[in-house]
Amino acid sequence: MASAMTDAIRPRPVATAERPALSAPKVSSIGTRALLLEAPGAFDLSQQKRIWSVADEVLTWPTVEEAVAGVTNLLVVFRTSPRDLAATQAALLDAWRRLPEKAVSGRVIEIPVIYGGELGSDLAAVCDYSGLPPEEVIAIHSAGNYTVCAIGSSPGFGYLHGLDPRIFMPRKTVPSLRMLKGTVTIGGMQAGISVSTGPNGWNAIGWAETPMFDLAKDPPCLLAPGDRIKFVVERIEL
Amino acid sequence: MIEVVSTPPLNTVQDLGRFGSRHYGVSTSGVMDPVAFVVGNVLLGNSDNAAGIEIQIFPFVVRFLADTSFAVTGADAQATLDDQELPSWWATTAKRGQTLTLRPPASGARAYLTLSGGIDVPVILGSRSTHLRSEFGGLQGRFLHKGDVLGTLAIKGKPASSPAGGLGVIPPLFAMPQHAPSANGKTMWVRVLRSGEYDLFSSEMQERFWTTEWKITPNSDRGGYRLLGPALKLPAPVEMRSYGLVAGIVQVPPSGHPIIQLSDANTSGGYPKIGTVIEADLWRLAQARLGSFLRFEEVSYEAAVAAMAPVDEYVAQIRRTAELYRHP
Repeated sequence: MASAMTDAIRPRPVATAERPALSAPKVSSIGTRALLLEAPGAFDLSQQKRIWSVADEVLTWPTVEEAVAGVTNLLVVFRTSPRDLAATQAALLDAWRRLPEKAVSGRVIEIPVIYGGELGSDLAAVCDYSGLPPEEVIAIHSAGNYTVCAIGSSPGFGYLHGLDPRIFMPRKTVPSLRMLKGTVTIGGMQAGISVSTGPNGWNAIGWAETPMFDLAKDPPCLLAPGDRIKFVVERIEL
Repeated sequence: MIEVVSTPPLNTVQDLGRFGSRHYGVSTSGVMDPVAFVVGNVLLGNSDNAAGIEIQIFPFVVRFLADTSFAVTGADAQATLDDQELPSWWATTAKRGQTLTLRPPASGARAYLTLSGGIDVPVILGSRSTHLRSEFGGLQGRFLHKGDVLGTLAIKGKPASSPAGGLGVIPPLFAMPQHAPSANGKTMWVRVLRSGEYDLFSSEMQERFWTTEWKITPNSDRGGYRLLGPALKLPAPVEMRSYGLVAGIVQVPPSGHPIIQLSDANTSGGYPKIGTVIEADLWRLAQARLGSFLRFEEVSYEAAVAAMAPVDEYVAQIRRTAELYRHP
């Protein structure tokens, strides 16, 4: 078991720093048909709820093709390149300043997890990094109240906010080459459940059978922004 | 209807892409070179978005199981219909039993085979494009195999007449030559608009971005082009909160080797973005070969928007001409 002394001398994984928080909302171009609105300040759920409100509003603009909410940011894709870029940027900033937080009535979704074992192969590394025994890492992870911030990256993948800082764990510098779909993961200050088998830089601590994406359903994603996730211990394999 | 006689992996059914599902985490997929693809459809009187085949590994051989009008556009794949050589960017009609062969192109990377009516595969989330990683769309969510049979959709209205021998157009590389000179004859220039984190890079790194001849590594595909050159380093490594991506965005991961995200890219990511290849040059980029070199030329927003006009006009002119030929 990790002791305070070994903690002090063990080199920590090199973490990339999050870009310093913005002091004001920022709108920047991604090519000529997309604008990215980024909320200022540290991550917090109320900023995320304002992003959802802006997303709902811009989808009513006839010029908008898609609105993709990220983590405290919003990508707005236009049908054609805005002729008056400054006016469009101003309209986005105005929506950000004007709109209240979205009142979300997210569902509570329970996800049974098999913690540890072969499919949670980074649990030991998380214990090492946090200095906590596996039972405690699992207890902390499964006691958390998580909110789905955004769906993105791969079909049905939810970025989950609400991870206890005691089990934050930087992404791996060398990704796992073939992480199984359904792997329950920690990436920095975020939690997730992988949706496709393949390379993955997040840390695997368990596995869940619950399908996250099903084309036979409408919508095809199990999770939606604002939903709350409860991880339930199904089994622990140490 | 056609049957695939032989194909290497990674040739897929695509249309213009699956737009409107990024908020489900579903990437757009779709053809890499929309200009070649749309011209292929226009020559046949199809809708611009009718599904076709993107061929990026050669040789590719199909047999026609019924009389079918088709077009081959994009990279010059020295197509033959049985023994007859076809010009590049050409539409004609095959008789039942004839065989079409596409060979490794001398230049360019991707060829398109479009068929009258468009390929009949199920529409999933608004598109017929193959999403390889998630295994849906196109033909059973996979790349084409020997023996696959692809049907076409019925043509609406009276079948168009096509001129005897076929109909061809001037390829866009001739109609719209490269706007900047190629120093060594093999460097492709693409125009780039600055993106959000451009200013985080030192002036030395910004200069490096614009002046380097970037090599497209073999580790590049429809998901993105991974570029090799002197590393673009930030004063300290930076990780962004995950944000939505569009095709053409140039991200700089901690290695300092830029990635241009393309049709099959994930819908979001967290690497800093230095610029975006403008939409008017994405078709050009689609034809860049592995191992070849790229240069980035900075453009203003206004110039980037205006750059679409010649591309749109090129397609519009073909549309007018093709219409005249098919309905004289």
